Amino acid sequence: MADIQLDKLAKRFPNGFEAVKELTLEIAEAELLVLVGPSGCGKTTALRMIAGLEDISSGDLYIGGKRMNDVLERDRDIAMVFQNYALYPHMTVAQNIAFSLKLARRPKQEIRERVQETTRLLGLEDLLDRRPKQLSGGQRQRVAMGRAIIRKPQVFLMDEPLSNLDAQLRVHMRGEIEALQKRLGVTTVYVTHDQIEAMTMGDRVAVMRSGELQQVDTPTHVYDHPANLFVAGFIGSPPMNLARGTIERADDGLLVRIGSSAVPIPAEIARERDLDPWVGRELIVGIRPEDLEGPGEDGRHAGGALIRAKIDRVEALGANLLGFFTVDAPPATSEAIAEATGGGLEEVALITREGTPFCATFEPRVALRVGDEVDVAVDVRRFHFFDPDSETAIGG
Amino acid sequence: MTTVALDRTSRRRRRRRVSSRVLKYAALAFAAVVVLLPVYVLLVASFKGAGEADPSRAWALPESWSLDAWREAWNGEQYGLLPFLKNSLKLVIPATLISTVIGSLNGFVLSRWRFPGADLVFLFLLFGLFIPYQAVMIPLTQIFIDVDFPEGIPRLAFAHIVYGIPITTLIFRSYYATIPEDLIEAARMDRAGMLRTYWSVVLPISAPAFVVTAIWQFTSIWNDFLFAVFIVTDPGQWPVTVALNNTTGSLVTPYNVQMAAALIASLPTLIVYILLGRYFMRGLMAGALKG
Repeated sequence: MADIQLDKLAKRFPNGFEAVKELTLEIAEAELLVLVGPSGCGKTTALRMIAGLEDISSGDLYIGGKRMNDVLERDRDIAMVFQNYALYPHMTVAQNIAFSLKLARRPKQEIRERVQETTRLLGLEDLLDRRPKQLSGGQRQRVAMGRAIIRKPQVFLMDEPLSNLDAQLRVHMRGEIEALQKRLGVTTVYVTHDQIEAMTMGDRVAVMRSGELQQVDTPTHVYDHPANLFVAGFIGSPPMNLARGTIERADDGLLVRIGSSAVPIPAEIARERDLDPWVGRELIVGIRPEDLEGPGEDGRHAGGALIRAKIDRVEALGANLLGFFTVDAPPATSEAIAEATGGGLEEVALITREGTPFCATFEPRVALRVGDEVDVAVDVRRFHFFDPDSETAIGG
Repeated sequence: MTTVALDRTSRRRRRRRVSSRVLKYAALAFAAVVVLLPVYVLLVASFKGAGEADPSRAWALPESWSLDAWREAWNGEQYGLLPFLKNSLKLVIPATLISTVIGSLNGFVLSRWRFPGADLVFLFLLFGLFIPYQAVMIPLTQIFIDVDFPEGIPRLAFAHIVYGIPITTLIFRSYYATIPEDLIEAARMDRAGMLRTYWSVVLPISAPAFVVTAIWQFTSIWNDFLFAVFIVTDPGQWPVTVALNNTTGSLVTPYNVQMAAALIASLPTLIVYILLGRYFMRGLMAGALKG
């Protein structure tokens, strides 16, 4: 077991492309850190630098306090699980799992015991003599895990290990991997583009974009306090509603105006978020769908200010209802949001010609139809404010 | 009504499929005939008696079938090929094996365990493909003489090994390029070094490339005449191609013996195709990756 330190780790490819820019991160012993971001954000390159499969262009990498930049991959005591599993096709399950121990010239007896122990842990005991092509996707995934854990390495690296599984199996393996990691207590860096995997598995989540670290914190903190527009748009599903608004001074304090709606801001929130300098200025307001609550079955609201909404579209998810409506405020278009939500800038602009699409949640049995006009309750304490120029969060 | 109509269209479709297949087979049959006609002439001539084998009656079947020509070509006193077949095997087997193994190693380090400048090295190797035998024969012989290289079959084998490296390297490099990089990296993460990765991970899944390369090398070395006639000066060490050429007498040409000898000389390559072709394994990579 060991901690990992990345100090201004950078990767520049010979063609000048900077895949990872001065990445500084500390991963504690036994921690599971999830590196998450859209494809091409540099997360896999960062992982490969830790693994030693990619040279480090600049910066330092420490594992267990030892500088690893110039240490060969095989001397770093790291095991890796690949996206495609990369099982040796000509070897049986047992041979695949035992390969590293065989290379390390461990005694046969020990290898046999450890293979047994590992396969029992993963439920592979009955498949020892199968070859990879005779296994299902989930079983192959397990063999890949087995190949990593049999080594009892200092560090696990996992490169999107679940992305080739179907949805149901993915949810199941998510839990298994997390439980396994906790049980073995091995420091783990887990790369994924799936923000749900990041939220559910990580002790901490590091969000990356274009080779730069955006935010690293516990999943809850990243969710509740996204550091910037990119993180706000990337983490959370359905994504955070983002629109342009202005802070105005009213008789008894401040209010935020989003299109024709005005939501008063309690004095303590204004102070806490340091909103005074923003009076009369435009900023970006972010509201998570679950913080926009439609009236319940009894037609009553949870409380707080109300926004009028004319429902354009309804999605029934079973556990709740999503109601989409358009707010008559300019959309918060930015490259960061487009990148985070996977849409192009133009696309966003096209949909939102007449305003900004918002998503609100309703109780599952509410009779909600397209065209209905309802009031949705907002809790201003749960609002997120962003500087439209720097795109960073205002007042935490 | 509808069923009848459907029936009719499906019958029409079937008829069209049948007619297109007939066309295909006709074209293939024609090509086969064109290729096999000379072989027919060879075969019938080889079973004719000494007086009967004559170009003017090349198409005719033998009046009396005889194995004399085959006997003479195989082990006859004047034309017997047997010792030369042995020479050829002594040449072809080691030369094929060595050039194939070298090609495999080269292909590996040029595609999956690359070193700085690998592309440049590969480019130079490729040049070797385009250098004709004739261009190197004299300098090659000079080098052999200068370094006092063992004469006869060893010289010829060496020449074929070196000359085979570009093509064997090319075949293996292309094949190894289809092996997923992940597999090599997995071996690296399992702490395998270069040779261990090659031996334990790459080599076991190289069979298809070995078969292709071995067939190629076996055939081209077996069939080579130019290097053989130029490099091997001792008639006792001639490979079969040179001996075959010498069945053409200066005064009389025993066509029946010559045809039988030609068939005997080409049999080993045919056997190699038949034997090794079975090992063209498909889907060897199945199961390594998600698919």
